[in-house]
This record gives sequence, structure tokens and C-alpha cells, in this order.
Amino acid sequence: MSAAARADTFPKLLIRNARLFADRPAYRHKDLGIWQVWTWGEVLAQARAYAAGLSRLGLQRGDTIAIVGSNRPRLYWSFMAAQMLGAVPVPVYADAVADELAFVLAHSDVRFAAVEDQEQVDKILSVSERLPKLAQVVYDEPRGLRDYDHSRLHAIDDVINDGREALAKDSALGQKLDREIEAGQGSDRSVILYTSGTTGQSKGVVLSAIGCINAASDTVAFDELDERDEALAYLPLAWVGDHYLNYAQALVSAFCLACPESTDTAMADMKEIGPTFFFAPPRVFEQMLTRVMIRMEDAGALKRRLFHAFLAVARRHGEKILNGERVPLVGRALYALGELLVYGPLKNVLGLSQVRIAYTAGEAIGPDLFSFFRSIGLNLKQLYGQTEAFLYLTAQPDGKIYSDTVGAVMNNVDLRIAESGEVQFKSPGQFVGYFKDEAKTAEAMTPDGYVKTGDAGFIDPKTGHLKIIDRAKDVGRLTGGALFAPKYIENKLKFYPNIREAVVFGDKCDFATAMLNIDLTAVGNWAERNNVVYGSYQELAAHPQVYEMLARHVEETNASLAQEQAMAGAQIKRFLILHKELDADDGEVTRTQKVRRSFVAERYRPLIDALYGGASEADISTEVTFEDGRKGVLSARVKIRDVATVPVPAAMEKAA
Amino acid sequence: MRAPHGAEIAAGDVLLAVEDVSLAFGGVKAVTGVSFDIRKGEIRAIIGPNGAGKTSMLNVINGFYQPQRGRITFKGKARAQMRPYEAALGGIARTFQNVALFKGMTALDNIMAGRTLKMRRGFFWQLIRVGPALTEEREHRHRVEQIIDFLKIQHIRKIPVGKLPYGLQKRVELGRALAMEPDLLLLDEPMAGMNLEEKEDMSRFILDVNDHYGTTIALIEHDMGVVMDLSDRVLVLDHGVKIADGTPAEVQADQAVIDAYLGVSH
Repeated sequence: MSAAARADTFPKLLIRNARLFADRPAYRHKDLGIWQVWTWGEVLAQARAYAAGLSRLGLQRGDTIAIVGSNRPRLYWSFMAAQMLGAVPVPVYADAVADELAFVLAHSDVRFAAVEDQEQVDKILSVSERLPKLAQVVYDEPRGLRDYDHSRLHAIDDVINDGREALAKDSALGQKLDREIEAGQGSDRSVILYTSGTTGQSKGVVLSAIGCINAASDTVAFDELDERDEALAYLPLAWVGDHYLNYAQALVSAFCLACPESTDTAMADMKEIGPTFFFAPPRVFEQMLTRVMIRMEDAGALKRRLFHAFLAVARRHGEKILNGERVPLVGRALYALGELLVYGPLKNVLGLSQVRIAYTAGEAIGPDLFSFFRSIGLNLKQLYGQTEAFLYLTAQPDGKIYSDTVGAVMNNVDLRIAESGEVQFKSPGQFVGYFKDEAKTAEAMTPDGYVKTGDAGFIDPKTGHLKIIDRAKDVGRLTGGALFAPKYIENKLKFYPNIREAVVFGDKCDFATAMLNIDLTAVGNWAERNNVVYGSYQELAAHPQVYEMLARHVEETNASLAQEQAMAGAQIKRFLILHKELDADDGEVTRTQKVRRSFVAERYRPLIDALYGGASEADISTEVTFEDGRKGVLSARVKIRDVATVPVPAAMEKAA
Repeated sequence: MRAPHGAEIAAGDVLLAVEDVSLAFGGVKAVTGVSFDIRKGEIRAIIGPNGAGKTSMLNVINGFYQPQRGRITFKGKARAQMRPYEAALGGIARTFQNVALFKGMTALDNIMAGRTLKMRRGFFWQLIRVGPALTEEREHRHRVEQIIDFLKIQHIRKIPVGKLPYGLQKRVELGRALAMEPDLLLLDEPMAGMNLEEKEDMSRFILDVNDHYGTTIALIEHDMGVVMDLSDRVLVLDHGVKIADGTPAEVQADQAVIDAYLGVSH
């Protein structure tokens, strides 16, 4: 990676890639049903023309440019073109409602915006009075925008064409562009990533160019990624994960990035592309497993038996084989047969056949879910990190996987556990500061320059790997003194395909309670098979048989909690099924689908009071926000159910 | 988008004129002496209470029913007896009140079926699928893919339509009608049975079709909000008789309409 080390900005890396891998594919995009390909040479030409066009529209060094939309090559090139000119891209979540969008755009002082389509243009226009600095908007998809006022609005294609013609006519412009690229330094602001705001208003994390490149170089070396690898770009552009794994790693290692046709087709496109590097949050793996299990329920008896028989084989031997441990010959033979009959076809259906390295992070992944994918031969690993670190702090090395840890500390990362149990770090990709927020920056740092993560964890003495327990502020105790780690219990609940989301309460209470969201796919399928008629999510969620089914899941969870001494005290005594799905538009979960616990507790106060008050049902009415920003009120009567808990065995009962 | 025959019609000119049309089934008078026109490039709504003769009117326009009296002029040509496929060849496409797709075929194949009339090569050529037939199929597929992209149904391209939810089936049906590249698109209750979100999507698509392809649209719809938002002009029928015709605002203020329809049902 010496070449990468020499190039200290992304545009310089792009030029290097265009020189070394001119004819290798760099970007793919499925358009009108056909995969279009651009080589590194072509991407450089496009980005240069785009940069020239943007500079003719007035984009200058130091300006910020918002990038809003799904994963499309032209939006990725918007990053490159902006960075060539020394402008700073600010990606924003495409599904952000107008108000959130306005906050980020206003806070980051954007002068330009590169957006996907009419929907995003409309959103920006609707809040334009809050964005006095915004001068120009460029868009990728012209549909529906023909009759708009085009004085400050341009199609990206037109900007690129304009830039290309200007470059062809005027060689001085090309030289000026080269000088701009040359003038870029490693210490420049490379990007501002707004955090999803698990803990309140989002903050703009400023990252330096050299920091980004150094961090990405470390992991590219760690996982031996090169120009022959391929990844599918389907994660939100504004998320550090996408910017790191896809944008930064692709430029550092020159691997090819494939953009799906649309968000809905991502999983089908993945099957066609066959990526070698794959990242997905646990939720996606959960959905994959749920889908497989549901389809197996509908399969014929022979297939079902074959499937379950070989899954048992995989459970016994799969992970050991993947880790390169000793496995009896019979085990290996059975596993090979399973690969032929079950695991191989299964991975193919899921688009995982070619995957060499898969990562998951963002939430703790259920150990059973994790080992399911590993046992069928997917090299799935966990990593731990955050936006402020430019993602990676720890990652599991190939072959040394302990599912309850998040892996070993990365090279060049200095990680320590504070007195309070909080994880703190210094890392190559470490952020420069929060944009326009000195106070928050200072708050996030220790006096000696370490960054606080806010997570409680410890280094496992046996393996030397990091273990994360929970957000430091979330871990609590019941009034009886028993340890209460909500996320730990929620993860156990969420492993049931029928449960999509769970929020567990119990800190400073007498016992633990849970609010559940059903998974509409799984429960809907069950309803279909059992002739349960329902008209809406709300109706299905309140169905007595659904309650019965989920009560069994909660009881099983209690039984499993009872097995673990530390957690046995925090079994769930009462639960309810919420009448609506927790939704980012209502602020109940973040855009990255993490539950905002305190907000949910506040919003559903009457339900929590009822959970602890002993009532058998409670009324709730909440404000909901529709996708277009309008608001409505949703009222419901929610039933509450008691469940059996397992008596905690007296400690040491079975010893000796 | 060129008219295959007849003079070129500019936007705003009359595309289709219905003069004094009457249709009866035995003793039941479905439509009585109705006259109106549809101008090129507009979205024209036909509303009215149940049994007002709206669908009969559409069926008359696309040649499914033959009126006993009256005259229909399409693209400047008064037309005599005409069968639906002739109307289709002439540039009139439609969707149906009850989705009428080929349930066992994929969304892609259903929309492809909309191009049948545009195919120049015969059955035999298409069967062996070489040379000109293959080139032609590629061309048609390209057009169909543009429509799929337009309607944002890439994710259901290869799924049999019978398995799709109702809202998506309606969208596929619209796609099939669009595949004919019609001059006049007839939509029979495009939003019936949809939820709010699906209605909003469909409204957006109808406006986009009108804007992007410049297609003239005549639609029957019961949702008044949708009708008032979408259409340029509204024709109101009651018991087969025209009782009002004008802009949404005019129609809304019309006392006869309020009595016959809006006042009662809302």
C-alpha cells in the first residue's frame, strides 16, 4: 500500500487507480435491466469533467456540497468531483424528512447540493428559505423535473457534458483543475459525516483526507482486498459504513463497486453481481435467515428434512472447518455433501457464493444467528467502531472468531478501557472534530487526547479480544439488585423471526418488561398458513393467537436467561405488542435502525405505566409522521400479558 | 408519439370529440345524448355516481360498445363502427376497473404484451428469434425497460403478476397500457381499492405520464380529492346524461353536481 500512502487525498488515489488499473472495472450500475460498467480510466474522466462543470457553476475550495440519494455512480462521483476542487462533501440520509434535511444542510452551510431525483429536489425546495447559502442544485434523475425553474437547477449529466466540452476547448482549464487536485493536502477536510443521532441532535463529524486513507489502508491490508474484489453498494451514502467500506476502501484497494438498480432490488442484484466483500448490519442477516426459514416451511417434506439434517451437520462441524480446526473425516465428508446439496445452493440464492469476507456491526448480533451463517461457510466476522474513528477499532481476524467478542484491536489503533469501564481510543482515522461545535468536540475527548466511545466493555482475558456489554449509560440494575443489560435481553428476543424489534425496560424497577414489534413478513406468513384473517398491522399485532405465540417466545427467552447467573434476575414478567412499528420518521429509531430507548419510554409512558401498574390493557394515542412529513394521530388499545418466569436456581445447587 | 394516420394534432386541440352519443342495452339507457371533447395533452376526468354511465362511455370510446346514435371523431377523423383492436392500433390504450392482466405471466411479459401491436415480425420470425426478429425484440425490450424504470417496478420484473399485491398489479397494468405508446390513455378507476400511499404513488405516476410522455389521459375516478388535484377538466355524468363539464373548480361549484353527487356522498 505504499502507493496509497503517497496519495494523501482521494482524487490523487483516483488518478493512481486510473493509471494502474485503467481498464479494470471500477463502478457498475444496473440501468434499464442491464449492468453498465465504467473502468477506472472512465471514472477519472467523468469525475474530471464533472469537477470542471461544477467549478464553472461556482463550486470552490472550502465550500460544502450536500449529497442526497441512494447509491448511484454519479453520486459517488459527486464526492470525487467535489474533493478534486477542494470542496467538502456532506452526505445526507436519503430518507431524512425535510426538517432533518434542512437541519444538516443549514448547519453545514452547503452552497451546493447533488441529489438523486425529484423527491429530493422537492424536499430541498420546500425548505429553501432555511438555506440562504444554497446556490445550486444538481440532480441525477431528470424525470418529473422538466418544468422546474432551472436557473439554479441542473442535471448532473449536463454538468458533466458542459465540463467535458469546456475541458476540450480550453486546455488551461484542465491545468487549473490539475493544480487544484495537486493543492489538496492530507490535512484537508475530506468529508463531513453527520451521525445518526442515537443520542440526540446529529453532529457533523469532520474527517481528514489522510486520516480516511490511512484507516482504509489498514483494513484493506488486514483483509487483503485488491482490484479483483467486488462489493455491492447498498448502504446509506450518509452512513460512515458506506463511506468507509465502499467509497474509501474502493479507492484505496481499487476494487469494483456495484450500484443496485433500486433499493428494492438490492438483494436480487447481489445475486447477479456475486460480491466478494459484503457488509450488512445484523438486521439484514436476520431478514435473510427469516426469509430462508419461511420459504423452507413452504417447501416439500423431503427438502425440508434434507435442509434440517444438513443444518445439524453444519452446526456440528461448519464453524470448525471454517476456522481450520481439526474435524473427523466423517464430519468433513458429510459437510462436503451438505455443501453440494444445501449450503452451496442456499448461499447462491442469497448472493453469498463468492463472498470471501463478510462483516457485520452496528448492533450486537445474536450468537445463534452469527454461527448459522458461519456454519454454512460464510466467513462472517464482526467489527466494532464508530463514525468518530472512521469506523474500525477492532475486527475479528480470519480463523480467530469468538462470537461474543468484537475482535482484536486493529493495527495502529490505541485502545484502552477507562476506570468507568468505558472504551476509549486513538486511531489513524480519528475525527478532527465536530463541525462548528467546539464544546461537543471537547466533551467527546479525554484530557489526554483519547476519544470516548460511550460504550461499556472490557478486554476478554482469555482471547485478548474486546467485548462490548452495552451503551455505558444503558446498563442498569433492578431494585432487587440484579444486573439489567437491556440490549442483551432484546437481542435474545429478536432472534425469534416473529419478533422484529424489542424494547426492554427494568432499570430501577422491580422487574423487567418488554414492548415488542412483530415481524410482518414472518407473522403474516404464519397467519396465511393458519387462516388468520387480518386487515392491518395493528390488527395482526393485537390478535390473541399472535400474543399466545409471542408469549411462548418470551417464556423461552426467560428460560435461556435463567441459565446465566448474571442475567437470571432480569427475566421478563409482562410484555405487550405495540400497535405500530417503531419508525425513524417518528424518531423512535435512528436512521440506522437503532432504538432510541429514552424517547420510546417517554412517548409510550402510558403503556409503561400499565406494564408496571398491573392493568390488562391500556389506551395509547401517538402522533405519527407520514413519509411526506404530514402528521396524523394513531390511537389503539393495547393488551398486556403476564408470562411465566423460571425460578432462579440457587447458586451452586448442582456443584459437586 | 406520432399519429399513424390523420393530421398531426397540436397540444390543446381537440383529440377526441364525442357528439350526441346514445347507448342503450334493450330498454336500459346507459348513455343518452352526451357530447364532450378531450383535448390533446390534458387530463380529463369523468365522474358520476354509480351507474352514471362512466365505464360505458369509456367502452364507447375504445370501440368495445357501438353507440346507437351519435358521432365520435378521433384525431380529426369521424369514425364508423370500430373494434377494440382497431382503436388500439389508432392509439387508444386502457386499463380496467378490475385488473385484467395475464396472472401467470411475469410483470415484464405482461408489459411486453402491450407491444404486440408494434411488432412488425410475424409469429414464425419471433418463434425462431434470429436476425431482424431479435433486433426488434431488443428494441421493444428497451422500451419496456424504460417503462419499468419509469414506474419503479424493477423489483417485480420477474415475478408472476398473480402473486403481486393489488397496488402493484395496477401499476403493471398501467405499464402495459403505456407500452402501446398511446395518444389517448383511458384509465378506469386507477385508484380503486388502494390505500393512501398507493393512491399518492399512482397520482404521481399519472401526472408523470402526462408530463413526460405528453399522453392525453381520460380517467374515471371516485376519489374526489384525486380528481380535483389531477384533472384539467371534469365531465360529470348522472343516469347517462351530462350534467356538468368544466374545470374542477367550476364543477365543484355547480349546483346540479352538488345535488347529484358530491352533496349526497360526502
